[in-house]
Amino acid sequence: MTDILLIAMAMTLLYLSIANRLYTYLRILVLQGFIIFGTTYLTLTEVNTLNLILILIETIGFKAIAVPWFMNYIIKRNKITREAEPYLPNFISLIIVTLIIVATIILSVSINDHNLDKTYFVVAVSTLFTGLYLIVSRKKIITHVIGYLVIENGVFVLSLAVGNEMPMLVNLGIMLDIFASVLILGVFFNKIGDVIKDPDVDLLRNLKD
Amino acid sequence: MISVFLIGTLLISCGLFFNRSKVFNYLLIVAFIALLLGMSIYGFLNPGFTQLRYFKVDSLGLLMLMAIGIVSIPAFYHGYRYIATHNETPHSRGLFFAAMVLLISACSMAYISNHIAVTWIFVEITTLSASALIYHHRNIRALEGVWKYVFLCAISITFIYVGILFLSLSFKQAGINDLSFEVLYQHSDKLNPFWLKLSFLFIFTGFTAKLGLVPMYTAGIDAKDKAPSPAGALLASVLMNVGFVGIYRIYAVVAQTPIKAWANTVIIIAALLTIFVAAVYMTRIKNIKRLFAYSGIEHMGLVMLGLATGGIGVYAAILHIILHTFAKSSLFFQYNSIYRIYQSKSVYDLGNYFKYYKAGAIVVLIGFFSATAMPPSGLFVSEFLIFQSLFESHHTAILLFVLLLLTLIIFGFGTNVFKLLFLPSLTIDEEKVVKISARESFSQYVLLALSIYLAYNPPSFLVLLIQDAVKLVQ
Repeated sequence: MTDILLIAMAMTLLYLSIANRLYTYLRILVLQGFIIFGTTYLTLTEVNTLNLILILIETIGFKAIAVPWFMNYIIKRNKITREAEPYLPNFISLIIVTLIIVATIILSVSINDHNLDKTYFVVAVSTLFTGLYLIVSRKKIITHVIGYLVIENGVFVLSLAVGNEMPMLVNLGIMLDIFASVLILGVFFNKIGDVIKDPDVDLLRNLKD
Repeated sequence: MISVFLIGTLLISCGLFFNRSKVFNYLLIVAFIALLLGMSIYGFLNPGFTQLRYFKVDSLGLLMLMAIGIVSIPAFYHGYRYIATHNETPHSRGLFFAAMVLLISACSMAYISNHIAVTWIFVEITTLSASALIYHHRNIRALEGVWKYVFLCAISITFIYVGILFLSLSFKQAGINDLSFEVLYQHSDKLNPFWLKLSFLFIFTGFTAKLGLVPMYTAGIDAKDKAPSPAGALLASVLMNVGFVGIYRIYAVVAQTPIKAWANTVIIIAALLTIFVAAVYMTRIKNIKRLFAYSGIEHMGLVMLGLATGGIGVYAAILHIILHTFAKSSLFFQYNSIYRIYQSKSVYDLGNYFKYYKAGAIVVLIGFFSATAMPPSGLFVSEFLIFQSLFESHHTAILLFVLLLLTLIIFGFGTNVFKLLFLPSLTIDEEKVVKISARESFSQYVLLALSIYLAYNPPSFLVLLIQDAVKLVQ
């Protein structure tokens, strides 16, 4: 069951690479939040109940509901155009993301560690690199933020791989999630939206040499 | 002591944030400085004490604590001057000092934490407080600087976190589940080399955002450019030391294992690229504050070269980063008065600094000698030792390449600094030039003198502390 969820997670990455509208990205984020919720529930069987509840609330409340809702609110309020405006054609993006996944699978073959379920590793690392790819290949600031959230989801999956032995690390991951999202979204993205409408990275090109 | 420090810091920064009275504000800052110095002295008198389980003042942490204690006094003084000359509202003054107190204490805690996850948490707090300082002026340029800084630091923090996860995978096999550095040093031979490699790569990349190395140095440059100069001085000195301490501690784990040679190669590549980038930019940029910032990343490249070549190089690297803390922060403090005289950062508008502010001009001149490591500056000694270790470890080709790049850097830095000092400015309106008292340069003289004194006549306790810190990686 965990494998099915994780593979679904990897499939959302392919969909991310070809998505064109911002709302599609948000829906994928919601879906990823639910997938992570399910995976967490199935994986962390040895964590004490209170901690597990905290983690589950974070995944569903924060990742799947609060953050996408807030992004939706920002898009509406600042009247951001709903195109993602990639630098590269979707077809090439699809190939690149596929290559990322294939490369992590090849990397995982070379791991000689029977303690680890390799599916977690493959899904987590490919999500991480897909997030980085989204950041460099999209023009809008809001898609950069979405790319960052995808990276965080990937990292969260990775933290589940060691979650049973060291639940502290999962909690740290949650802290990272909340800290970075609140800092990036709440404070600065709001501010940027107030100063420039329809924020585009081209407007942030004054500081250079 | 550490719990007193943590609670005291929290209370002081809350007090600064909510309080509107000026006198009370400055009293709080004096209290904070006393607390910070008190902690360094306590650490000095009780070497190697552990408190609250996660904090241990070892030699490296103590060295950095003393450096931050010394730099924070002029930083607050110049912060006070900065706020006074800008007629800030009580609210923005309170926020400025509260963020500064938080930044300094988060840096000190990151130096002495004994647990990689605790270091990571304090690195997060430095990002938060630094971003409040960078966005002090609330204009679009500052917003751009802070956005880039926050975004890049968020990614770098995520990288460090991924590195920690890989590290925990690497000792799942060894059957340990404690992430403190001491346990890691003791059991480094049992760690799985594959995960350790991945972990080192991610943690190293993550910390480069703070340290200012390729690949993540960019945001730091914009941040130092846009932050008010007292804050810029902190970002360019003590915050870079946070990155150094982080990398040093994880390198100390790797150094006990067979993958040390591989890690050295990674560090050398990053360091060479950093010096190369600094050389390319320093020969062509015309913004004096960014010039200082790029000079900082050049020095970090040299420090990392020293660390990777080993031998006397590690000693030199630690000495170099301490001396650099004093020299570079004094240049940034001085920048504030440059801006007040010319109202511009561009080298084209600057000139004849000797005529308008003699005391400051001498600071810039000595600071220039220090930043380019020419004798009689203190950094000459440590840089010479780094080159010696490169030569002794048969890295002659690297040495020649670095020397060539350094020549370019001295050329680029020199052209701009000498233009500022000696050539006439074309745009300045002599009627409007403000008179600045020589008192405001006093702290810079002290810092520069300290950087020279410590290099040529190091007190025996400093040598012992550095030697003890070197033992971690050898």
